[in-house]
Amino acid sequence: MKWLKDLFDSQKKHFEKGGKFERFYPLYEANRTLFFIPGHTAPSRPHVRDGLDLKRLMSFVIIALLPHFFFGVYNAGYFANLNSGLPLDLVSVMQRGFVIVLPLVIVSYGVGLFWEGLFSVIRKHAISEGFLVTGLLYPLILPPTLPLWQAAVGITFGVIIGKEVFGGTGKNLVNPALTARAFVFFAYPVTMSGDSVWIASKAGATHVADAVSGATALAVSAAAAGPAPVEQSLAKAGFTLKTLFWGMYPGCIGETSTFLCIIGALFLCLTGIASYRIIVGGIIGVLAMGLFLNFIAQPSSSPYMSLNPLYHLVMGGVAFGITYMATDPVTGPGMNRSKWIYGFFIGVLTVIIRIFNPAYPEGAMLAILFMNMFAPLFDYIEIKVKLKKRIPNV
Amino acid sequence: MKLTRTKSYKVFRAALWAENPISKQILGICSALAVTVQLKTAFVMALSLTLVICFSNVLVSLLRNYIPRNIRIIAELVIIASLVILADQILKAFVYDISKQLSVFVGLIITNCIVMGRAEAFAMTNPPLPSFFDGLGNGFGYGLILMAVAFIRELLGSGKLFGIQVVPDAFYAAGYANMGLLVLAPGAFIVIGLLFWLQNALTPEKKI
Repeated sequence: MKWLKDLFDSQKKHFEKGGKFERFYPLYEANRTLFFIPGHTAPSRPHVRDGLDLKRLMSFVIIALLPHFFFGVYNAGYFANLNSGLPLDLVSVMQRGFVIVLPLVIVSYGVGLFWEGLFSVIRKHAISEGFLVTGLLYPLILPPTLPLWQAAVGITFGVIIGKEVFGGTGKNLVNPALTARAFVFFAYPVTMSGDSVWIASKAGATHVADAVSGATALAVSAAAAGPAPVEQSLAKAGFTLKTLFWGMYPGCIGETSTFLCIIGALFLCLTGIASYRIIVGGIIGVLAMGLFLNFIAQPSSSPYMSLNPLYHLVMGGVAFGITYMATDPVTGPGMNRSKWIYGFFIGVLTVIIRIFNPAYPEGAMLAILFMNMFAPLFDYIEIKVKLKKRIPNV
Repeated sequence: MKLTRTKSYKVFRAALWAENPISKQILGICSALAVTVQLKTAFVMALSLTLVICFSNVLVSLLRNYIPRNIRIIAELVIIASLVILADQILKAFVYDISKQLSVFVGLIITNCIVMGRAEAFAMTNPPLPSFFDGLGNGFGYGLILMAVAFIRELLGSGKLFGIQVVPDAFYAAGYANMGLLVLAPGAFIVIGLLFWLQNALTPEKKI
């Protein structure tokens, strides 16, 4: 590593005040701190002593996301090959998966970093590591068949409107990756609507069609009618509780496997990055609302209402959303009780949107974005309540 | 006296940019969201508002010494309402289709804060000629933003300008798709916000 440090040190003079590339100091700084702990100290209070700075924190999230990434690659490749009648051995499946998924990740990082860099140079703030997470989260919640240019427009919107207009990382109200996805969802509903699945299948040897769309688990449940319980229609379409839990079904790249979400959630909670309060609150919210709807369901009402609430947890993106999006330390609340309430309402809203709004099969994205708006209010109320309880200084 | 030194010119110019009714006074946002899906409706809306605001300013200004202060709002409303009805009838007579698309929004010019605001803030205390130009400037300033928003929304949202397709079919064949978000009302919010950002970046406000 010594040569790398020497390289950075020797180039430093160009980027400091008066140097040739003074304007691009944020770019230099971002690259340097990627490898080395920054040498400067915080200029003003509070001086928190902690080995975990923003960069390390974000890299833990990326580590947690890597299994999702590889599973997503495998999943996308598997169904693409299955669909085109190509061999299903591990190597060719992974190969195909990378061809499908990697361009999305590259576009997300490339375009996103371009905007991030542009703003940091113009506004003279440091390039934030937060983008490393956003740039990986975003492709993971996209369907594998999304055209690349739409992904690029989406991440542009997410970075600029979701983050930079508020002043950059740490000041944003809404999660940038979800903002980007919400934008694509509303802007290009044809490729993104969520009621049919996306199986990529490029021109292969004996491919059947360019892309096959069937109904997703969520759409099957929403469309289920008649006296038969939704579980039966789901099983008929190939979605048993077990498949949905392990994640071997087509869907958005990274979000299908609930199992990996649990691993990731445990990892993030143990390392102290995600708040278990939000995650547990979210799970309770989903289950509570599901049970409540089971309870009030009438024979005449939609059979979706009497669906076993466990299904709500494993279908669609709710597990992924609660684990990685809701626990975003910037856009979530900071106080402990607020975190419970925040998580709980994300779960409740997700189920409500899924069941009562047929236009939006997946509620998790909208629920999280909506609750992001309320996070500061929850904090505010909790602080007020706590201050009220104090015995005033007499 | 040079043209650029006259009061009329100054109020006209200020209303176009530095005190633009939508972006600086934040008035008339509601109709800016509602009628900007297409350039055509935005254009007609801007035109009718400009006419209403010009004549209401002139009339209020002519009557300003005869209107008792206590009932000035009612008097202004009567003037504006009659003009709006006139505009509405003209639209219905000559461009029926567009008037149907604009539906209630022409009638709602009565409640458009710009008209009332200019009558109250400017015409009540100024002679008719500057009042006329103030109305013209505000109408154009409103129209400017409306047209800009409608241009972006119609071009990206439906690939057309004034109802004529401008995005070539080859684009669609190559995988280009219209941005459905811009046809929805939230799209207008975002576009207007970005335009404000652009204006503030071009001419930063002086810090007080």
